[in-house]
Amino acid sequence: MIEFRTISKSFSGVRVLRDANFAVPSGHTLGLVGENGAGKSTLMNILGGNLPPDAGQMLLNGQLYAPRNPHDAARHGIAFIHQELNLFANLSIAENIFLTAFPRRGRLPFIGRAEMRKKTVALLEQVSLKLSPDTLIERLSAGERQLVEIAKALSIDARLIILDEPTTSLSAREAEILFALMGRLRARGLSMIFISHTLGDVRRLCDDIVVLRDGEVVGAAPCAEFTPERMITLMVGRSLNQLYPARKQRKDAQHSGVSAERRHRECAPNTALSRDAATEQNLIILEARHLTQPGIIRDVSFSLARGEVLGVSGLMGAGRSELARILFGLDPCEGGEVFLDGVSLTRTTPRRRIERGLAFLTENRRAEGLCLEAAIADNLALVSLRQQARPPLGLLDFAALRRAVGSIREAVRLTPTARDGQAVKTLSGGNQQKVVLAKWLLAKPRALILDEPTRGIDVGARFEIYQLIHELADGGAGVLVISSEIEELIGICDRILVMSHGEIRDELKRETFDRERILRAALHDPMKP
Amino acid sequence: MTAARTHRLLPALNHASMILFAAVLAVFGFLSPKFFTIPNLTNILVQSSSTAIVAIGMTFVLLTAGVDLSVGAIMFVAAAVAGKMVLGGAPLWLALLVILLVGLTFGAINAFFIVRLRIIAFIVTLATLYLGRGFALWFTETRAMNLPPGFLAIGTDTLLGIPLPVLIFAVVLTVAHVVLTCTPFGRQIYAVGQDVEGARKAGINTGRILAAVYLISGFCAAVGGILALAQLGAVSPTFGTNKEFAAIAAAALGGTSLFGGRGHVFPGTVLGAVLIQSIENGLVILNADPYLYPLITSGIIFLAVLTDSLRSALLAKLAQRKIRVEEAR
Repeated sequence: MIEFRTISKSFSGVRVLRDANFAVPSGHTLGLVGENGAGKSTLMNILGGNLPPDAGQMLLNGQLYAPRNPHDAARHGIAFIHQELNLFANLSIAENIFLTAFPRRGRLPFIGRAEMRKKTVALLEQVSLKLSPDTLIERLSAGERQLVEIAKALSIDARLIILDEPTTSLSAREAEILFALMGRLRARGLSMIFISHTLGDVRRLCDDIVVLRDGEVVGAAPCAEFTPERMITLMVGRSLNQLYPARKQRKDAQHSGVSAERRHRECAPNTALSRDAATEQNLIILEARHLTQPGIIRDVSFSLARGEVLGVSGLMGAGRSELARILFGLDPCEGGEVFLDGVSLTRTTPRRRIERGLAFLTENRRAEGLCLEAAIADNLALVSLRQQARPPLGLLDFAALRRAVGSIREAVRLTPTARDGQAVKTLSGGNQQKVVLAKWLLAKPRALILDEPTRGIDVGARFEIYQLIHELADGGAGVLVISSEIEELIGICDRILVMSHGEIRDELKRETFDRERILRAALHDPMKP
Repeated sequence: MTAARTHRLLPALNHASMILFAAVLAVFGFLSPKFFTIPNLTNILVQSSSTAIVAIGMTFVLLTAGVDLSVGAIMFVAAAVAGKMVLGGAPLWLALLVILLVGLTFGAINAFFIVRLRIIAFIVTLATLYLGRGFALWFTETRAMNLPPGFLAIGTDTLLGIPLPVLIFAVVLTVAHVVLTCTPFGRQIYAVGQDVEGARKAGINTGRILAAVYLISGFCAAVGGILALAQLGAVSPTFGTNKEFAAIAAAALGGTSLFGGRGHVFPGTVLGAVLIQSIENGLVILNADPYLYPLITSGIIFLAVLTDSLRSALLAKLAQRKIRVEEAR
C-alpha cells in the first residue's frame, strides 16, 4: 500500500533519517519500534504530510506520493493519530470529527447539523463509543478521546491509520478496547502503522515489524521472526543482558539492617505483618494512615522504610497519582494523616514538605516537572536554590551552584554533550527525566515519590533510571514508584502495593511477586462483590 | 456535602453575567421610576450599539487568543475620513463605503504583520493604534469637525419604529452569531483559539482564520465608528479614545476568555456591552457624580471577572475525575 524509498531527513545538519526503506502491504498492521530519537516520529510526520523529506520518495499504491500538508495526506486516505491527541476540548465530538470537512446545508455556507449528527452517530458506533455527538471533548476520558480520533480517521475514509503510541495514557481496559477495534479495522482491510514502546503489544497486534535505530532501518520482517529480546537488541544496538539492574545491596541487607521489610522477609516471612514497634519507628520514613478523600481515595495506609523501593501498581485512574499528590500536599485530604520521620505533615504546604525531605516527580514531566525553555542548569538548581543563597543578603553563591550542578549531572549520568546553558526542551525524553531526578536529588530528599518515572523513555535510559532508583535506596532514601507497567515494578521494587478504585487492594513482597495476582487485584471491581 | 453545594452554586456562576445584568437593572429600576421606561431602555440600546458592535468584532479576535488594540483608532480614522468627505460634498453612500474600506484596510495591515510576519498581536495593534490616531490627527489638523444633519440622521432615524443604530446593531449581531455558531469558519475559530498548532496539524488554514478575524474586527470598528459619529455629530481629537478597552471589558464581562477558545457574542459580549451602558445610564438618571462612573463600572467588571474565575475553579473541580463512587447520602 505504502512504500518508503531511501527517505532521508536532517534537522540543522543532524541526520535523523538515513535511507529508510520498507513497505506496508495493504491490510497489514506494521509495528514501528525504536528508541526515542530513532526517527519514528519524523518518518511518520513525513508520511502524514507534516514534513517534507530531504531525499527519497514514497509510493502510495504504486503512485508517487508527496503530501504538501496534513490535509493533503488525509485526502490520500492517510490519517495520523498523534500521541498527544489532536482534539479540541472546547468543541463537541461531532465538530472535532468534521472540523475540516463540515457537511453543508445544500449550497449554503452553514453546517448541516442534522447530517453531521447522523454521520457521527454511525462513526461512534463503529468504534463502540456510546456517547452523544454533541458531548464536549473536555468531558471525555483519555481512552474515549482515542476512540474519537479513530472515528475521525474513519470519517475521511482512511486506508492507512498511523497510531503513535496510542496506549500511553490508556488504562489496561481501554487499551483492550482499542486493540479489539484495531483487530476489526484490520479485518476490514485497513492498513495501520502502530508505534509503541510496549513490545508485547506490538508482537500481538502486528503482521510485520520494522525496527529503527538512529534513523536507519535495522530490522524489517514478519512479526514471527522477532522476539522482544531481538527487538531490544536491534533497538539499542547492543545486547542488554537484563532489562532491570540487579540490586547491589539487596543480598546483604540482612547485615546492614537497611530495611525492616527485607529483614522480616528473610528472618521471619510469616510474621512480617507483626513488626517490632521500635524497629519500625527507626526505619520508617514515610507513613500514610487511613488517608481518605471522598471520590478519590479511601482508607489508604502504608509505610515506606529507609532503603526500600515500594511500588504502587494499578490501572490508569485507580487513584495512584492522586495519592501521590495528596502525599505531597498538592491536593486536599479530608481524613487520615501522613508522617515523615514520625512527624505529622498534616496541613503543611508542599514547600514545607520539600524542606523536610520529600520529593515528587510528577507523571507529566513536560508540563509539571520542567521549565522546558529554560537552561539545564537553571532547571537543576530550581528546587535547591534556597540552599545556595548566602547570608546576609541571600544572594546566590554561583560558584557553589555550578559545582553542585556539575556533580549532580555526573551522578545521574546526564549526556555529557549537553551544555549547562542549553534549553531542556532540546534533550531527549530520557535525559529530560534525568534532569528532573537530578533537580530533586540536589535537595537531598529522604523520601521520593516517582510517578511514572520511565514514561515515554527508551530502553537504554530506562535502565539508567532504574539504576539511579536503586542507588538512591542504597543510600538510605525511601522510594515510592508509581507505574502502569507491572513488569517494571516487579523488576525494581522490594514490595508492591496494588490500588484499585482509590483503595489498596493487595500488597506483595518480593518473593511473592506475581504478575497475575497484581493484575487481578488491579482489576478488582468494588461494584461487583 | 461540599459537592452538593458546588452543584447548587454552579448554575448561578454559569450565568453570572446574566444575573449581574438583572441585578443592575433591578437596582436602578428600584431607585428611579424613569429607568424602566421604553424610551430609556431604547436609549440604552442606541447608546450601547456602537461599543457593542466594536466588542462583537473584538470577540472574534479574543476567541483566537489574540487582541486588537487598534479598534478605537480605526473608529477615529473612519470618523475623520467620513467627516472630511461629507463636508467636502461627497455623497453619503460613498463616504460610508470608504469608511468600511478604511476599517478593512487597517484590519488587513494588522493581519499582515500578525500572520505573515508572525509578530505578536498586542504589539502590532498597539503600533496601528498610534498609526491610526496619528494619521487621523494629521488628516483633521487636530480640529474638531461638526457634521451636517444628513449624516446625523443615521443616529436618529427609525425604521418600522426601531432606531437605525439598534437595527444595525441587531443585523451585525445576528450575522456574527450565525457565523460563529453555524458555519465551518466559526467553529474553526474556536479550534484555532483552543490550540493554534493543533488546528494547523488538523489541516485548518490557521493563517486564513487569523487574518479573517482581524479584518472582521477592523470592519466592526469602522461600523461602530459610523454609529458613534452619527450620535455625537462631531469628530474631536479624542474620538474613539479607550474604545478598545471598553470593547475588551464588554467581551470579558460577557464571559469571553482572553486565552481564546471560549466565549459567545450572544448573549455574552452583547450583554456585557449593554450592561456597561445601563450602569452609566442609570447613574445619569440618578444624577450621580460623573467622576463616580468609572469607579462603579470598574467595580462591576471586577465582580464579573471574580465570578468567572470562581466558576472556572469550580468547573475544574467538577471535571476532576471521580475514582470512587461514594454511596449516595
